[in-house]
Amino acid sequence: MAATLFYILATVMVIATILAITGRHPVHAIVYLVTSFFALAGIFYLLLAPLVAMFEVIIYAGAVMVLFMFVIMMLDLGHPERGGRPALGQWLPALLLGATVLATISYAAAGFAGDKLPAMLPGVKEFAVTLFSRYGVAIEVISLQLLFAVVGALYLGRRR
Amino acid sequence: MIVPFEHVIALAGIIFSLGLVCVLAWRSNIIMLLIGMEIMLNSAMLVFVAGSARWGGLDGQLFALMIMAMTSAEVSLALALVVYLHRRRSTVDVDEFRELGEP
Repeated sequence: MAATLFYILATVMVIATILAITGRHPVHAIVYLVTSFFALAGIFYLLLAPLVAMFEVIIYAGAVMVLFMFVIMMLDLGHPERGGRPALGQWLPALLLGATVLATISYAAAGFAGDKLPAMLPGVKEFAVTLFSRYGVAIEVISLQLLFAVVGALYLGRRR
Repeated sequence: MIVPFEHVIALAGIIFSLGLVCVLAWRSNIIMLLIGMEIMLNSAMLVFVAGSARWGGLDGQLFALMIMAMTSAEVSLALALVVYLHRRRSTVDVDEFRELGEP
């Protein structure tokens, strides 16, 4: 049952990502990407990470993609007839390089074939304890980084 | 694990390649370029979470959270840059921004 759900969600995710990167309208690309991230959140839940799944929906689909949408609409970029999609000559080398990377990763993934250990993960409480005790320094670094991002965004966005 | 580990890695590889294709093909539009980077970072998060479920540790999920925080900082800065560049040249075509300094 769970395996079937995983393959369905994987198919949805791949199709939505393909539609997102080939469409010519930026707003449609964002909406397809939100679909893809919802499917990814389902995959996270199936992979025993419910907290990461929730954060994926809240932060990625909820905040980051809305930020993209907000910038696209604020700058009035939703006119596909002005920009247009890349020519075929730009897709071909990109597809070639992407296929090379995919072949490499598939070769690496084939090395894991056969081992299928059942894993039981601890709950949210152990997650939080590990996050704030063992990786406390990383939390501090991340908070400093977010502060720098706020200062930089304010500096770049000010009116002269 | 509900599915073989290599299937999850293969899915992450497909998503990563799609993000790479997006970055390489849409290299003139800065918004689509950032979207391609988002796709690639998401596939990296998928690999972290899959490794966490495979080996039974919590470190993978924690690093997925770190990637998420890093991405939100990166996106906010990058979109502020997009707004700044659009204010200077009123375009998001990367080819237009080929000079250093004030115009």
